[in-house]
Amino acid sequence: MTPTVPLREESMAKPVSTAAGRVWHLLSGLSTSGQVGLALVVLWLVLGAAGPLLAPYDVGAFVSPEVFDGMSARHWLGSDYLGRDVLSRLLSGAQYTVGLALASALLASATGAGLALTATVSPRWVDEVISRFMDTLISIPSKVFALVLVAAFGSSLALLLLIAAATYTPGAFRIARALATNLNQMDYVQVAYARGEGRLYIATAEIMPNMIHPVLADFGLRFVFIVLLLSGLSFLGLGVQPPNADLGSLVRENISGLGDGALAILAPAVAIATLTIGVNLLIDALPGRGRRITGGR
Amino acid sequence: MDAAQDHVQVSGLRITAPAAGGQETPIVSDVDFTIPKGQVLALIGESGSGKTSIALALMGYARGDCRIAGGGVRVGDTEILTLDASQLRTVRGNRIAYVAQSAASSFNPSRTIMDQVVETAVGRGLLSRPAAEDKAVGLFRALALPQPEAIGERYVHQLSGGQLQRLMAAMALMTDPELVILDEPTTALDVTTQIDVLRAFKRVVRQQGATALYVSHDLAVVAQVADRIVVLQRGRVREAGDANQVLEKPADIYTRTLMAAARPPAQARPHRPAPQQAPPLLEVRGLTAGYGRVEAGVPKIPVLRDITLSIAKGTTLGVIGESGSGKSTLARVIAGLVAPAGGQVLFQGQPLAPTLSGRTREQFQRIQLVFQNADTALNPAHTVSRILSRPLSFYHGMDGRARDRRVADLLDLTQLPAGLADRRCGELSGGQKQRVNLARALAADPHLILCDEVTSALDTVVGAAILDLLAELRRELDLSYLFISHDISTVRAICDDIAVLYAGQKVEMGPRNGFGDAPFHPYTDLLIGSVPEMRQGWLEEKETAVAPPPLATAQDANLCRFLPRCAARVEGLCDRLPPPRIVLDGGNELLCHHDGQALQHLQRGRQSAINP
Repeated sequence: MTPTVPLREESMAKPVSTAAGRVWHLLSGLSTSGQVGLALVVLWLVLGAAGPLLAPYDVGAFVSPEVFDGMSARHWLGSDYLGRDVLSRLLSGAQYTVGLALASALLASATGAGLALTATVSPRWVDEVISRFMDTLISIPSKVFALVLVAAFGSSLALLLLIAAATYTPGAFRIARALATNLNQMDYVQVAYARGEGRLYIATAEIMPNMIHPVLADFGLRFVFIVLLLSGLSFLGLGVQPPNADLGSLVRENISGLGDGALAILAPAVAIATLTIGVNLLIDALPGRGRRITGGR
Repeated sequence: MDAAQDHVQVSGLRITAPAAGGQETPIVSDVDFTIPKGQVLALIGESGSGKTSIALALMGYARGDCRIAGGGVRVGDTEILTLDASQLRTVRGNRIAYVAQSAASSFNPSRTIMDQVVETAVGRGLLSRPAAEDKAVGLFRALALPQPEAIGERYVHQLSGGQLQRLMAAMALMTDPELVILDEPTTALDVTTQIDVLRAFKRVVRQQGATALYVSHDLAVVAQVADRIVVLQRGRVREAGDANQVLEKPADIYTRTLMAAARPPAQARPHRPAPQQAPPLLEVRGLTAGYGRVEAGVPKIPVLRDITLSIAKGTTLGVIGESGSGKSTLARVIAGLVAPAGGQVLFQGQPLAPTLSGRTREQFQRIQLVFQNADTALNPAHTVSRILSRPLSFYHGMDGRARDRRVADLLDLTQLPAGLADRRCGELSGGQKQRVNLARALAADPHLILCDEVTSALDTVVGAAILDLLAELRRELDLSYLFISHDISTVRAICDDIAVLYAGQKVEMGPRNGFGDAPFHPYTDLLIGSVPEMRQGWLEEKETAVAPPPLATAQDANLCRFLPRCAARVEGLCDRLPPPRIVLDGGNELLCHHDGQALQHLQRGRQSAINP
């Protein structure tokens, strides 16, 4: 028996008509941690897009006589295990991690959620077919799958994107399907069925808005996994081809500098951390299911 | 009354909850009452009246961010509110015990009942494990639980709601507490179960000589157990006094409102002779439904068996029964959400397709479903106006200003403020949500509304307002209702005809008037007789009813489903032959071996519980 706190009009979100207005309204309503997350994500999107242009040296050029050099005016973030400029490698690596990992995570989550919704509102046999197919996919070891595909088609960014997405789609599907089947039993969805609504409407208007938040949280996790998968693939020589490297590969190739606390390994590690933390902070701050206004923040 | 005699004394109690802007909202203000030793005090009020907060404050506890801001609570010689956390720990469970509303969620499902019942007493070194188990078995017996020696070895899922509630009382009483707090312990139970649980509680609390605080929203239940009554509204005491005085001569206007709402008067309406030639609006013929694989016309888990009923245009059919009787499944079958295994559903003379895919949009539109729990029946992601707009554009192709106007009309029709349209349902009160739920059904412009327990989750006063609204809408819009409820007084108040379901069988059906006086089907008799009357001593009078002995043989699916619980059964007849359908003089149709005279004889002397 919770006490009913009277609703105050001014605390209500005013309906905003234009799309831009709605986005602005959403952003201005973010909590502090959400704004930090948003800033980090925007920063990395910019660096991903403009990084290669900002890089002071060529990505593969051996520019320093010292390996694992510290900070200096010529090399802001020192040099790596071969004497290359860390800052330049970081700036050119960002595009692979941000672009490739973000795109595959988006693809994996969207495919997973879409298939889950389809499976939920469709007849039983459709659900069975999709679920068994996903089970098959999940049983293939991701690295072996990648090896076979790269061997067959040769390494390319598009192929990497597909491999990463295909590896993480079944997991996203499982989680989204569990959410959607639960929601499908809710009374409001049953009412929609009894109203004679079509499957598309039920999936998109009734079920999806209520599962979007957990699906986004899952997306944040998957993004981190994909960064790790891509760096693993690069290490095996299947991923981004040298001299280019994504952030994960930068950490891996400089692993021998860990004992000295070299910037060459710290800088890309911090870069990955800020990116993933930023993504997750932003997701957590997005308004959840049924804004909890009555309870107070 | 001498203050020294009072066992529990609450004075000037104030509890606050944090509100926006660092302010505090009082949820309980200046509450005073005393309970003499060995007596039962009832706290009564609607949700939000602060009754549970007060009950918890007696144990020195405030929920969530709430805070006990002032006042005193004395139990025996102890000032509860001055104790620190470790002292409170020794008081809670030992001297003061708490029985919560939902026993099913208060027990740990992965441990046996006995483990949990003896936990406090053994864990605090009050009793050895064998001694505690002996004591628990004694309590199980005193609470009239079946197989008192063995029931402790079971798990939560193997027990019924009524049994769990009694087991929870046993757990609370293990340490011989001086004060027992019972927080709505029978609210979630069927009436027929409630009466047993109440009786067991009352006897055991008396035996132990404990003082008790009974929290409830139901005055009639309170009348059976309380010596004193405190009526609360919005955290303030409206009236306090002896149970007798509060029930017989309520001084406060709010108490009278509560009493009136608890037992809605039957709504008089002109009797309309049904036109003979027109087919009924809805007709259900020989319906069988259930879950699992269907073999030879019977599903693996049958829920409804051979149900036949009809609803004429503009009338209301009430369907009553306990939980598990198949009432909700009936509504789902008619709505097309569950396909029947056998039988037919006809709407305006046309057979309805068994599943959703075979039905026309016109049929969808004319039959609307309203669920019990408006919290889950309204999509939390949508605003009220979006919820109401969808049926308008879906069925009537409305858009733009016409649709907005109609949404405003609907809000007006259901007596909701127009400003609600832009809110999400998480921001509405329970009564408002139920009105939106109803408005959505009305938006379709239906002929028949299937109401599944629409008032059960609401407070009595709010529920009574919804019933009034339903009656008004029916008059204005010429609607028909299938009104499903477990509460016979609600059904009698608004329905023209009543059907009684027991374990999926329709055991009795007839016009409302036929449910005023005996004879009834034995199950209907039990149901009506179990509704507490709003006077003291009713429970004691009921104590003469004797539960029938358990059946010796396993039951055949074709026999009367009520046989195991029937007090009027005839050995050699009822347990051998399926019951025939008989028609009484009053027009009621029964599924029973007895004829009207025999039933009249059996039930004579028991006056109607509702219409004295």
